[in-house]
Amino acid sequence: MSTTDTDTEYQHPLMAAYWTQLNSGFPSVRAVFEDAMAEALAALTREGLSAYLDAAHFLGRMGRGDEPILAFLEVWPSVARVLGEDALPPVMQAIHAMHRSPNGKAIAPFIQTLAPVARRLHALEPLERYLDIALDLMVRTTGSIHGHHTTFPSPGLPAFFEQAPFLFTQLSMEGVRNWVEYGIRNYRIHPQRQEEYFALKSADSRAVLQRERHGVLFADVERRLDLYLRGLWQDAEQLVPYSTAFDTLRKPIPYYDRLGMRVPDVFDSRDGVKGIDRYRAVLAHMVGHRRWSTPIIADNYSPLQRLGVEFFEDCRIDTLLCREYPGLRDVFLRLHPHPGEADCDPDTTSCLRHRLTMLSRALLDDAHGYANPHILEFARRFREIMAHGASNTREIADLALSFSARTRLQSDQFARVHFDDTVIDYRDDNRHLWQYIEDSDDEDFFDDPDKQQKKESEVQSLPPRHYPEWDYSSQTYRPDWVSLYEHLHPSGNPADIDRLLDKHTALAKRLKRMLDLLKPQDKVRIRYQEEGSELDLDVAVRSLIDFMSGATPDPRINMSHRTSGRNIAVSLLLDLSESLNENVAGADQTVFELSQEAVSLLAWAIEHLGDPFAIGGFHSNTRHDVRYLHIKGYRESWGDTVKARLAAMQAGWSTRMGAALRHAAHYLDGQKADKKLLLVLTDGRPADVDVGDERLLIEDARRAVRELGQQGIFTFCINLDPKADDYVADIFGRQYTVVDNVQRLPEKLPALFMALTK
Amino acid sequence: MTDTEQYKVHREPYYQAQGREVQLYEAAYRNRLPVMVKGPTGCGKSRFVEYMAWKLGKPLVTVACNEDMTASDLVGRYLLESGGTRWLDGPLTTAARIGAICYLDEIVEARQDTTVVIHPLTDHRRTLPLDKKGELIHAHPDFQLVISYNPGYQSLMKDLKQSTKQRFTAFDFDYPAVELETTILAQETGLDATTAGKLVKIGGVARGLKGHGLDEGISTRLLVYAATLIKDGVAPREACYMALVRPITDDADIRETLDHAIDATFV
Ligand SMILES: Nc1ncnc2c1ncn2[C@@H]1O[C@H](COP(=O)(O)OP(=O)(O)O)[C@@H](O)[C@H]1O
Ligand SMILES: [Mg+2]
Repeated sequence: MSTTDTDTEYQHPLMAAYWTQLNSGFPSVRAVFEDAMAEALAALTREGLSAYLDAAHFLGRMGRGDEPILAFLEVWPSVARVLGEDALPPVMQAIHAMHRSPNGKAIAPFIQTLAPVARRLHALEPLERYLDIALDLMVRTTGSIHGHHTTFPSPGLPAFFEQAPFLFTQLSMEGVRNWVEYGIRNYRIHPQRQEEYFALKSADSRAVLQRERHGVLFADVERRLDLYLRGLWQDAEQLVPYSTAFDTLRKPIPYYDRLGMRVPDVFDSRDGVKGIDRYRAVLAHMVGHRRWSTPIIADNYSPLQRLGVEFFEDCRIDTLLCREYPGLRDVFLRLHPHPGEADCDPDTTSCLRHRLTMLSRALLDDAHGYANPHILEFARRFREIMAHGASNTREIADLALSFSARTRLQSDQFARVHFDDTVIDYRDDNRHLWQYIEDSDDEDFFDDPDKQQKKESEVQSLPPRHYPEWDYSSQTYRPDWVSLYEHLHPSGNPADIDRLLDKHTALAKRLKRMLDLLKPQDKVRIRYQEEGSELDLDVAVRSLIDFMSGATPDPRINMSHRTSGRNIAVSLLLDLSESLNENVAGADQTVFELSQEAVSLLAWAIEHLGDPFAIGGFHSNTRHDVRYLHIKGYRESWGDTVKARLAAMQAGWSTRMGAALRHAAHYLDGQKADKKLLLVLTDGRPADVDVGDERLLIEDARRAVRELGQQGIFTFCINLDPKADDYVADIFGRQYTVVDNVQRLPEKLPALFMALTK
Repeated sequence: MTDTEQYKVHREPYYQAQGREVQLYEAAYRNRLPVMVKGPTGCGKSRFVEYMAWKLGKPLVTVACNEDMTASDLVGRYLLESGGTRWLDGPLTTAARIGAICYLDEIVEARQDTTVVIHPLTDHRRTLPLDKKGELIHAHPDFQLVISYNPGYQSLMKDLKQSTKQRFTAFDFDYPAVELETTILAQETGLDATTAGKLVKIGGVARGLKGHGLDEGISTRLLVYAATLIKDGVAPREACYMALVRPITDDADIRETLDHAIDATFV
């Protein structure tokens, strides 16, 4: 078959162009192409899509049959979802390396297992480590037989790829590396046994796996750690694992920054502390800093002084933590080193770390047993300060400075540093503690370039409606304060929505089963009625027997029928503000795309139930321009017109929620139904560019929810902001839920709706 | 004639006020306004009503509402007897006749067609029609209607009808603040304040997980149970596992997290 005659079969010019770009002659590829593209279009950006097709094209032309290209077409979109499109170059590099060596046979298994491996590794950095391990294995086991020019492929490599998904459920990155290393070292020159080793078939292969299988893997306890932060410390933060396998010289240290709290991908139990409790100790320590530390200016101190300040401040934090949860003390003391007083020789070595570690021990542990008078004195002074309360970073820094001044030694500056027993590994690197004057503060003040574009052309719309806004500081309404314009949402391609729905066919099937249970049955029998349309014979006979035997009979011997109508009207209000365009952590989809999927599924579900429902979106650009985008009216059915509008959904601008709530309620109020439900899907707090006081719009939204309640409308918020607990309850009272894992929104949203109306 | 004494609250119930609710309730009662007490389970709603009945010296008729309850279960019905039929007052009717405070606990549990019978009692009419008996009762001047309900159910179906809500004055209850809840535990069970404070802290941990796998946190009632067990000599950790964690969740991760909080608090 030539590629030219297949081209003509694609009616859609875009599909035809994609097919040309892929340019593959395999009939088997042809057969899966459309499915693959559906998946890819949903998962990839335009550039990502092009790179995807180019990569697939290359794989089809390697001369290794259709297996590599088929596997790649199928798995890449889901891999890119987890790791991001940036993962493609390193993956392709690895493939090229295999292709150039005699290891082409390993390419297919590599690609076939990429998706489960990616899911487990969760981020790009660990994937790169994985590729390093694989290529190292390849290079060291691809052999040339002495005297010949031919080389033979690595016997273990394909087997290794096949086992990789399993290996990562068992081992940390370091564990995998050690396991591979053992195989290389022992079986480099035994092709048969090497293959058995990497296929996990030989006894020692399994034994080494067992040996390396230690500790608690982050991926296995992530939820527990989230709950720990939230429950015990009222803190919510993204947790990001790093692997410890590759920096052998100095192990990375936990830290936190704007993107989250960084923790190792595995913790062994140590000194009687379980792996999970070591994670908890790390998190607790970081939380402590976030609660009680304030940054101080670094430029005023020498590096050695800073080290002293960090040790003292860490001890203050640990002390405060133990006051909250006394059980932490035992954990800290087990993990904290206890160096011998004479371990370091100050004549030849810098003993600063050794000294500070002893001090740190003494500050936390009454039974430290040290005799050094300085340590004793400062431990006493520290305790005195802490006896008065929480103290603060400043005060503790002063104490640290006088300790440094009092104990300074010439040899502290020596290049040879005594390191043994001085690493306190549950503590973070303290980067948050220091503020550097020279290079700060410019990034906070840059102007938002988008702001320029916000004056875009006016779209055809209805005259504005005016709504009041609640001013909590004066406890009054500002009448007609907000102008709301309603627009018909522009339309896109309805097929895009059908494709999203197709993607979730399995989920839809599951939902359908649940929906059928909710669907009104035509007639419901109500038993135990004193008056009813029919005699309930069972009960009547029982009553008669009671009566005859002299007992008091139950008079409720009738039954009646009721057509159980679900009499519910639903309005779905979508926050279409700018923040929706942000990527979901750990995924390549934006919050917006996931919302689109979720809303489509929900709409489909509600349509199935037959409840009248409407969909509207909103965003705002000051009080003069709140936009309400009509997507679906109560009387429109869930068809191509509505799907087309959903498909064109776009996010931009801000979130003036109160006016939008009032407007949605205005329509819902006109519905004749016993129960009225307003669902709000949002990813953040109400805000607008013309409002400086962030409470104002929160208070207004809260007020609006109250007004709605008085109109008999039940408002419920689905919030996608993991930190929403701060404000969402203020607005919605108890009527909200926070979806922590946005990637699960498509399945969560319809389920939630069903629970609400059950 | 019904024996009013049996409905009297004879001994002062222990009640720790959270705010000005006692005075406000008294004002509502002086004017015979119907009262709604909202709040999560086990936060002290029933105890409050019981206390007010005692303080006002009025009988208290309590009805625990449930799904199978019909209007007749509230109002009353004819019973068949060998000699004919006899009318038996339901608890609502009894309360209206004797001038009691009638407390309908967890009203949303009852079906909505049941709850409408209370409407004529809640406005200026203060009457209760007994349709079957052909009698219209005028409520005794001391009669007052009180309902409780838990808005925490995340369900549209377990929300009160607006037309019902609009008939009541309302108190918004929640779990008491840390110091108050500590006092309550100590007073109620005789447990020392330090241990009581620790229990309250664990309550706070669970309440922080609401919406993340827990529908409701640990109630004051459960904290009282734990305190009672400890007071009886049960080891604090065991008392907490048993009274605070096991009843509220089967989610392994949440259970483990709460157990950990307990271990970290009681060393
Ligand atoms: N303010 C309070 N004063 C005294 N005891 C309280 C208070 N709040 C809660 N309790 C204790 O909690 C238990 C449960 O309270 P209860 O009134 O039955 O809860 P609810 O009716 O809200 O479900 C009570 O038995 C009591 O021990
Ligand atoms: Mg109760």
